[in-house]
Amino acid sequence: MDPTDIRDADHFHRVVDCQWACPAHTDVPEYIRLIAQGRYTDAYLVNRESNVFPGILGRVCDRPCEPACRRGRVDDKPVAICRLKRVAADHRDDVRGLLPTASPPNGHRVVCIGAGPASLTVANDLLPLGYAVTIFEQWGVTGGLMRSNIPSFRLPAEVLDEEIGLIEQMGAEIRLGERIDSLKSLLEAGYDAIFVGSGAPRAKDLRIPGRDESDRIHSGIDWLQSIAFGHTESIGERVLIIGVGNTAMDCCRSALRLGAKSVKVMARKSRQFFKASEWELEDAESEGVEIVINHAPKSFVIEKGRLIGMLFDEIEYELDDGRIVSERVIAEKIIPCDDVILAIGQENFFPFIERDLGIEFDRWQVPVVNPTSLESTRPGVFFGGDAGFGPKNIIWAVEHGHQAALSIHLRAEGRPITDRPARGVTLSSRKMGIHEWSYKNDYNPSERRLVPHVALAERFKKLKIEVELGFDPAQTALEVQRCLNCDVQTVFSAPACIECDACIDICPVDCLTMAPNGTLEEVSASTKVPRQDPSKPLYVSAPLKATGRVMIKDEDLCVHCGLCAERCPTAAWDMQKSTIHIPHASLGQAL
Amino acid sequence: MTSITKPKVAHPSLPRNELGLTRRDYEGGMSTLCAGCGHDSITAAIVEAAWGLSLRPEELVKLSGIGCSSKTTAYFVGGAHGFNSVHGRMPSVATGANAANRQLNYIGISGDGDSLSIGLGQLVHAIRRNLNMLYIIENNGVYGLTKGQFSAAADIGSQSKKGEANLQTPIDPTLLALSLGAGFVARGFSGDKKQLVPLIQAGLRHPGFAIIDVLSPCVTFNDHEGSTKSYQYTRDHYHPAVATDFVPKAQAIEVAYDDQTVVALHDGSQLRLRKLDPTFDTTDRVAAYRYIAAKLTEGEHVTGLIHASSTEDHELHTQNRSVAEGLNSVPYSELNPGSAALSKLMARYR
Repeated sequence: MDPTDIRDADHFHRVVDCQWACPAHTDVPEYIRLIAQGRYTDAYLVNRESNVFPGILGRVCDRPCEPACRRGRVDDKPVAICRLKRVAADHRDDVRGLLPTASPPNGHRVVCIGAGPASLTVANDLLPLGYAVTIFEQWGVTGGLMRSNIPSFRLPAEVLDEEIGLIEQMGAEIRLGERIDSLKSLLEAGYDAIFVGSGAPRAKDLRIPGRDESDRIHSGIDWLQSIAFGHTESIGERVLIIGVGNTAMDCCRSALRLGAKSVKVMARKSRQFFKASEWELEDAESEGVEIVINHAPKSFVIEKGRLIGMLFDEIEYELDDGRIVSERVIAEKIIPCDDVILAIGQENFFPFIERDLGIEFDRWQVPVVNPTSLESTRPGVFFGGDAGFGPKNIIWAVEHGHQAALSIHLRAEGRPITDRPARGVTLSSRKMGIHEWSYKNDYNPSERRLVPHVALAERFKKLKIEVELGFDPAQTALEVQRCLNCDVQTVFSAPACIECDACIDICPVDCLTMAPNGTLEEVSASTKVPRQDPSKPLYVSAPLKATGRVMIKDEDLCVHCGLCAERCPTAAWDMQKSTIHIPHASLGQAL
Repeated sequence: MTSITKPKVAHPSLPRNELGLTRRDYEGGMSTLCAGCGHDSITAAIVEAAWGLSLRPEELVKLSGIGCSSKTTAYFVGGAHGFNSVHGRMPSVATGANAANRQLNYIGISGDGDSLSIGLGQLVHAIRRNLNMLYIIENNGVYGLTKGQFSAAADIGSQSKKGEANLQTPIDPTLLALSLGAGFVARGFSGDKKQLVPLIQAGLRHPGFAIIDVLSPCVTFNDHEGSTKSYQYTRDHYHPAVATDFVPKAQAIEVAYDDQTVVALHDGSQLRLRKLDPTFDTTDRVAAYRYIAAKLTEGEHVTGLIHASSTEDHELHTQNRSVAEGLNSVPYSELNPGSAALSKLMARYR
């Protein structure tokens, strides 16, 4: 094998599993170390650079980083990355003076449709470069689904107001209550670029008998929105939620707060097929919500014009290796209820886009969008967030916003939007002296901390009581030490190695080997302990002086304890912080 | 020296031996030797060998004298018995322990200073006695603990860190052991675990005195140009004469190679030797002596299993016709026949 090129930004980026898994590539280990030092403001700013809304995402992010976290591979449970993000947001100082401000106008005008996370990110990235950014929002409030669909007991309005306020202060013109009814007329208004970030606002319906015979059958996202806007303040005692995604979890918990006594979430399949995040399921169940599996809705039971229950088929599945191979109905069952909330998904809805504008849609009415540039088939019109690719999550919407902003900027500069700046990596040693590193390199065996919640009896008293309290200082102090500092890389210098074996002998997770060079298969087969995950990178050195063998490191399970570097008599190993440079328009990097 | 400890965290798919233990279970305390010390690699080889043999930690006895090498018994198999004795006196302590309980596995760790200077008299008598133990000399040619003076293993002409050459003839532990009739004589190199681990396993299984001289560079005081025991010099003048495979008794015997010699060990396990140098015969003690001595004059360190022969018939306990079990399991009434027997015995001298 050729020696690994560690100047290729992707090699060490892949080692930082959390950052690699995050759509916006937040530098997680860096901000966790800053929290450990009590530098909450700095931690917040590191977050904000990539994910723009640390306070919001520190509560409700989908957390793709956590299943990827290396800690979960050596110690069962990942670092509570998301909760730590909230710690930074909750304890930071005023950051207003530390953020970029709008530059003198550069003459370009950009319009965004919808004041959700994607549009706000576009504004965040373009305002410092002098763009005039106008956001049209059909409702009277900002935030998009972050405000209308996420209940305030999970995401308080103040957090939204504050973080969206930072972007408003940068100079975004947010025009509330102004609905765009025609994209055509907007195009004629002469903006340099249009960004559509209008979300996936239409609930999927359940067309079964009885659907139109009662006003107690609600569409989940619309119902959540009417609670958020203060239009709905009560519900019946017995509530059924159809569907078992994250919206369903928000619906069932909201129902409890509006006075429901018995809430059942009706799932068509068994738990392994649930779409909801595991922690959202746990939170709902801890509040007394019952999740009923293997029930397929058949009809609404209406008696004298009143909804009295729902009829279900009870289904038995035959599984093979986790996949359903056949199913059969074993019983029919009526479950009585007063209200039904449908939470079976949502979809894109673009009534304001004329179909003769050169913007193509696929057969599901999702626009055809270039996944890198976010540009539609009509140059200058971009889509992002749920509007671009159907329902995803907030952190993806933010990343779409970044990429769309970059495209808009390239376009304004008269450069092809395919001419995107490359990611870069810089390495800097963390050696401070003998046995001293400027990061805490010893492995802390603590278990994952559990975030404290408001007591069950208290939390239902008011709709807006935030349930999660956030880590207390003692919990924070322990949880930050669980981070393995995967961005402090083991960097090897082959010419310095005397092949004494010291690093191989000391490595607690047996990830080092010296062996003859060969093909990828041969090198993989020679590792001291068989590789667990061949998709994880291998680090192969240049040939060593004395024997011509190569040093091989399986990056998969390294705990970045630095013992190899500590034990190396010639400093052939060094611990170096890798900083991955993710190009953003706002940074003006290499543009 | 390392100020941090090796964390308990381990690779999730670390293999387990017959006892269900992983290599990590055979580790000891954290080494306080210099970073890059050959001794630490030998420690790792012992860990690997003990794990591979599925030794019960409590059935291993670690003994040592004084010196950098003698510290290393603290760094492997934390669950074993240990005795860190006076400088050069480890063989006596080992003899006493072995006499009291022959059921245990004895491993003595010494250095070239501990064994070839102050302890030379002890070493040669342990060989003569044919004590059933594995005796490892971690040989770096210098007194590391007192900052790098030449030891009795330093080669003529080898230079100290300050450039002074050694003028005195070295004692070669393998020649010494061969001349005294040791039944298992080997040489290894800390930087070659593939060779060293089977040698340690075989040495532990050899019924009688087994000695392995392990070249183990002193990274601090003897790893410079001009030294004949540096990492670089050892790699350049390293002459594996025999490849050794240790075959545990449970393992199926594979088809033998043409140039292969099989030595059966008393517990049913085997040593499979493959000659890398066709002129060399491991079983012939005199020929082995001649071969090593000749290679030494060429500046080559012969490594691998140098000599193996059965010496079970004159192992210490065979010579003394002692009981098969450890003395701790012999009833007190047998260990102490009582005052009547004593009177009878005394009567013979009246």
